[in-house]
Amino acid sequence: MQPDTGIIAAAMGLILSGNADLIEIVGLSLRVTLSAVILSCAIGLPLGAAVGAWRFPGRGVLAVLLNALMGLPPVVVGLAVYLMLSASGPFGPLRLLYTPTAMIIAQTILVTPIVAALTRQAIEDLQSEYGEQFASLGVGPVRRLSALLWDARVGLLTVALAGFGRAVAEVGAVMIVGGNINHVTRVMTTTIALETSKGNLQLALALGVVLLGLALVVNAAVMAVRGVSARAAHA
Amino acid sequence: MRDLSDPLRPVPGSQSPAAAPILETRGLGYDAGGRVLIDGLDLTIRPCRRTVVLGANGAGKSLALRLMHGLMRPARGEVLWQGKPLDRQARAAQAMVFQRPVMLRRSVRANLRFALVVHGFAGRERALREARALEQARLTDLAHRPARVLSGGEQQRLALARALATEPRILFLDEPTASLDPASTHAVETLIDAAHAAGITIVLVTHDLGQARRLGDDVIFLHAGQVAETGPAARVLTAPSSGPARAWIDGRLYFDPTP
Repeated sequence: MQPDTGIIAAAMGLILSGNADLIEIVGLSLRVTLSAVILSCAIGLPLGAAVGAWRFPGRGVLAVLLNALMGLPPVVVGLAVYLMLSASGPFGPLRLLYTPTAMIIAQTILVTPIVAALTRQAIEDLQSEYGEQFASLGVGPVRRLSALLWDARVGLLTVALAGFGRAVAEVGAVMIVGGNINHVTRVMTTTIALETSKGNLQLALALGVVLLGLALVVNAAVMAVRGVSARAAHA
Repeated sequence: MRDLSDPLRPVPGSQSPAAAPILETRGLGYDAGGRVLIDGLDLTIRPCRRTVVLGANGAGKSLALRLMHGLMRPARGEVLWQGKPLDRQARAAQAMVFQRPVMLRRSVRANLRFALVVHGFAGRERALREARALEQARLTDLAHRPARVLSGGEQQRLALARALATEPRILFLDEPTASLDPASTHAVETLIDAAHAAGITIVLVTHDLGQARRLGDDVIFLHAGQVAETGPAARVLTAPSSGPARAWIDGRLYFDPTP
């Protein structure tokens, strides 16, 4: 099949002209995704590090659970968050359903296990190297955790990147809890799905190009930071 | 490291054999995978002396060191620090340097700082100790380099300086020069000598007979997880009385006569 050059040209025109709708959708996508990634790292990094570095009853079960939760189906998470936030749910009075906050919550639930599970593996590997030295120095459990997280920082950047990739590409859960409401909860992925179903391929294609571009830029930026940090610490 | 001008510091090597031990093990035993690795180990480490632990591979030298340092829990027996069970306070007075130095993914200075912070040093005192440790290890020019890019000898000097910066009373060394060239070995031995001169008790595991002769005051010779022979280095290394020690010192492979 021949590519429709007219559609591609129109999509490029939308991007280059700085279309207001496009910018709004991209801005909301970034806000939701970055908020979810920051929250997931705030929870997942210490959680994963604790499971990787500390020995406590149930640690093995928790490690298996975190690994299993990495494959959470987004629509199931969307449904669960929907039920919690709907008017009859326990958090209904907060009136969060169909808001960007609901989308951030759903994405955080999806991304946190990824960050935690990958962090656990990275920290466990480093702990096996540092363990005897830390024990010899008498390093306490909290300091051990912070030191391991700091020394694993280069690898953990990639972990955060994996979380970003999952969040920015997510569509099922944010569609359910956000509702894809124009000018309120419409993000890149949900717009692409909607506009494609309507046959408006210019906007869908333009957003697809932006989404890919964003993924490339973020990856390149993180890899650059990773390279500099790795040289500095020789990790 | 302790100030050599401190009039209260113990004079190295001045402790008589009858001096109260700084560390003892009683009936120490450790098993792994259904095998007895160490059994009935009664060791005495005298203060301010350099005790060299010798023996063939698998004799239990490194394991004994880890048990004495409290890195591992014995299956049987106990470790006594100045007559009392090894506790957190006693462990804070100990330091250990491993065969393969563990370098944090930080600069040389930050590696030293980490150990000092853990031991509660802060501010000016910490900065002073950092500077002194760098100088003693001859690493001042490399202070800002990532520790993991140093050569093997430099890394081992840093590991020693890091251990000594916390001012331990006893320093355990597990084959610290096993993979070093003669020049690096000499540099490490110089640091060990300085630590001993500052009154720090040294317990050194080595396979190097020359090093045992250069650094040892007392010798513990282990064989198959038990003490084969122990005594002053001058005697054990020249006229050993046990078969395993004699065979090892003569450079022969020891054939276990037990059926």
